[in-house]
Amino acid sequence: MTHQDKLPVLPFPTKTQNPQTAPTPKVSQDQLAQAIAALQAALAAEQTKPTASAPTPRETDAFSPIGTPKAQPRWRASQTPDAPEKAGRVGAAAGAVTPPDTPNKDPLAKRITSIHLPRFAMERWHRWATHQGEALPEEIPAALAVEGTHGPVIHATNRAAETEGVHTGARVVDMRALCPDLKVTFADLAGDRHALEKLMLWARRWCPWTAIDGANGLILDTTGSDHLWGGEAAMLRDMEERLSHLGLSANLAVSPTHGASWALARFGSVREVCTADTLPLRMSNMPVRALRLTGDTVQLLNRLGLKTVGDLAAVPRISLARRFSRAELPDNPLMRLDQMMGRLAEPVSASDDPPRFAVQANLAEPIQDPTPHLPALCQELCAGLQHAGFGARRLRVSVFRSDGEVSHVDVATAQPNRDPDHLLRLFDDKLDRINPGFGFDLITLGATVAEALGDSQPTLDKTGGEEADLARLIDRLTARLGANAIRHPTPQESHIPERAEVWAPAISTKARSTSPRNPRPLRLFDHPEEVRVLYAVPEGPPAQFIWRRVTRRVVRFAGPERIAPEWWRDMPGTRLRDYYQVEDQLNHRLWVYRNGVLGDDRGETPRWFVHGVFA
Amino acid sequence: MQCPSQPTPLSRPLPKSTAAAGQATLREIFADHVVDGAATAFALGQLDHQDKPLLWIQDRVTQKEAGRPCLAGLPKGLQIIHVSVNKAIDVLWAMEEGLRCTTLAGVMGEVWGDPPQLDFTATKRLALRAETHNVPAWLMRRGAHPNLSAARERWRLASLPSLGHPHDPRAPGQAQWQADLFRARWRTPGQWVVQHAPAHGLQFHHPTSSDQGAAQHATG
Repeated sequence: MTHQDKLPVLPFPTKTQNPQTAPTPKVSQDQLAQAIAALQAALAAEQTKPTASAPTPRETDAFSPIGTPKAQPRWRASQTPDAPEKAGRVGAAAGAVTPPDTPNKDPLAKRITSIHLPRFAMERWHRWATHQGEALPEEIPAALAVEGTHGPVIHATNRAAETEGVHTGARVVDMRALCPDLKVTFADLAGDRHALEKLMLWARRWCPWTAIDGANGLILDTTGSDHLWGGEAAMLRDMEERLSHLGLSANLAVSPTHGASWALARFGSVREVCTADTLPLRMSNMPVRALRLTGDTVQLLNRLGLKTVGDLAAVPRISLARRFSRAELPDNPLMRLDQMMGRLAEPVSASDDPPRFAVQANLAEPIQDPTPHLPALCQELCAGLQHAGFGARRLRVSVFRSDGEVSHVDVATAQPNRDPDHLLRLFDDKLDRINPGFGFDLITLGATVAEALGDSQPTLDKTGGEEADLARLIDRLTARLGANAIRHPTPQESHIPERAEVWAPAISTKARSTSPRNPRPLRLFDHPEEVRVLYAVPEGPPAQFIWRRVTRRVVRFAGPERIAPEWWRDMPGTRLRDYYQVEDQLNHRLWVYRNGVLGDDRGETPRWFVHGVFA
Repeated sequence: MQCPSQPTPLSRPLPKSTAAAGQATLREIFADHVVDGAATAFALGQLDHQDKPLLWIQDRVTQKEAGRPCLAGLPKGLQIIHVSVNKAIDVLWAMEEGLRCTTLAGVMGEVWGDPPQLDFTATKRLALRAETHNVPAWLMRRGAHPNLSAARERWRLASLPSLGHPHDPRAPGQAQWQADLFRARWRTPGQWVVQHAPAHGLQFHHPTSSDQGAAQHATG
């Protein structure tokens, strides 16, 4: 059985908290002294009052599925005095154990938040079932199964099933014997993964760097972003509240390293905040399973008598290194220990870089339309770009929906730009395409690509702004019609007519001068159109042919102009072309060609095509 | 083989416009035939680009039926920004946006057929905007009827047999077109035979009897 020593995520009754205004006994003496000093310094009465009389939004229900009114946000009571609404800042300031930031580069200076979603698959399934109107009552045991080697095995359980003894990894038939009325559904692993990816993007509302951590966890690099949410304790509280609105129960922890946060979120207390100086002490009594090791290695360590991280840390380093020299990272306790203690770097590898320039608007209530907030955001972003001497090339408006989705709209500019009015106009028709869902409460506007843009001064005769004027036009056209609709043909070094010009998107290319050419038609067809020859002559173009259902008689012609295939680009067997200028009895001057010549051993009788129209 | 004689030079040149010289405005050009380069060449002949780019907007049907502009065949040094859209309403919108930009040498829009959005109001908007910002605009129509429109000049273009090539009697030489100004605000309507010489621009001639015959032959 896994997660044996893990307490279920039940809300703690407050009465167990009331006598515990003093810290728990496992806290060390110096920590205690520090905490007491800080508490005295920062209005101990203010601090203890909310904890003592903490409102108890303690429902036994762990789920609050989306769609139900979310009147009562749900937090679990924690041992740290963080609970009250406005205590975040005070708590952080009084923060007791927060050390001053060290000036030099410290590997433990980072703050990593781990979010563990212990029942992610089950809660997602429950949400889906509620949406379908088939939700089961909480007291009916339910489980999700995946296909195993010997029949289906349990993948996730709800709380009722867990109390009945159903555990993850067991076979479904065995569990049916244990609990006959167990309701079993197959799990949607790909859907869970996809949902977790979306949740990972949504978690960027708290900090720019987020990544997926395992099958049911997220990892966030919240270094320097906690003060935006009123300190780390308040930030964790906000996270738990917002995740509970999504119907997800979560375990959270902040610590200087990824490994320690992972361990604290899964094996620590509720919403634990661990600092660099208490890290070794706090980690020492963690079980070795908290080191993110595989089951075999954990079993091996237990057999060796190493039950806790402290035991492992007490073993001489060289012995561990010799014993596990060939082990991979998930099997190597020494490397995992180093990661946990910050001796081995493990940065949060977000899937894409967060934009350097981004602004956001936090809204009090979820809204449906971002339009009224955009002008202020554009002004703010442009002020930031101006200050740094940059201009935006790509912009993205993201709305963070209250149901855990992120939807965004992108626009692009042809030149770096930081004119708020112009940038705002680019979003004119686009914002209809944003999907607000049930509303969103956070809007971010980021310059996903920014380029250096110096200050420019207009000349006295008001000339010189042509290029910017044209770029703004291209921006507006691109924003409405798409980048592929606006093209700028530039000449290329080729004799094949369709290759003699390259149609690049105007938003990315610079103008080049044209070079003189042979007589060329005014208009060219995208695809040469074949004609039916009625009266062929041995030399020159056909005397009569049918094109577009009109019989055309050739009155005059000039040519041929022979264009050979480009052997370095064309497929073998491509035939040469003989181009003729032809004037017919309707006075249309066409550009026709014969594909190949008779007897070139490259196919049948050559065919004729119309390729362009002369003036 | 029909070879028209050299027309009498400048027997009735284009009457002077009463508007201010060089006033840019909206001109509408109807092409008699879909696959005729005459309308395109006539519009480009009126263009004085001065190294500025030309905004060229085509709808999807026009691009498929009449082809897209070929860079090598355009007047030397002309840069174009090509916009291909699906609907006529987008052509009009893009033309309006382009006419706001004084950096352009001109705006050319090609619309297929008679879309309901292309009415008097839409053309008047384009004409007023072209005159305000002094950017010339051409609206090229194919498969269309000359319905109500606020374009200041409305032309109908057809091809005439080309002049003989000076060095090759079998080859087509200087192109000639039949231009019919059937509605104009600032000048007298009339019919001309037009040539385009790269050095002199468009040359308007009085239509001779042979041209008339050729034109009738072409349209009949």
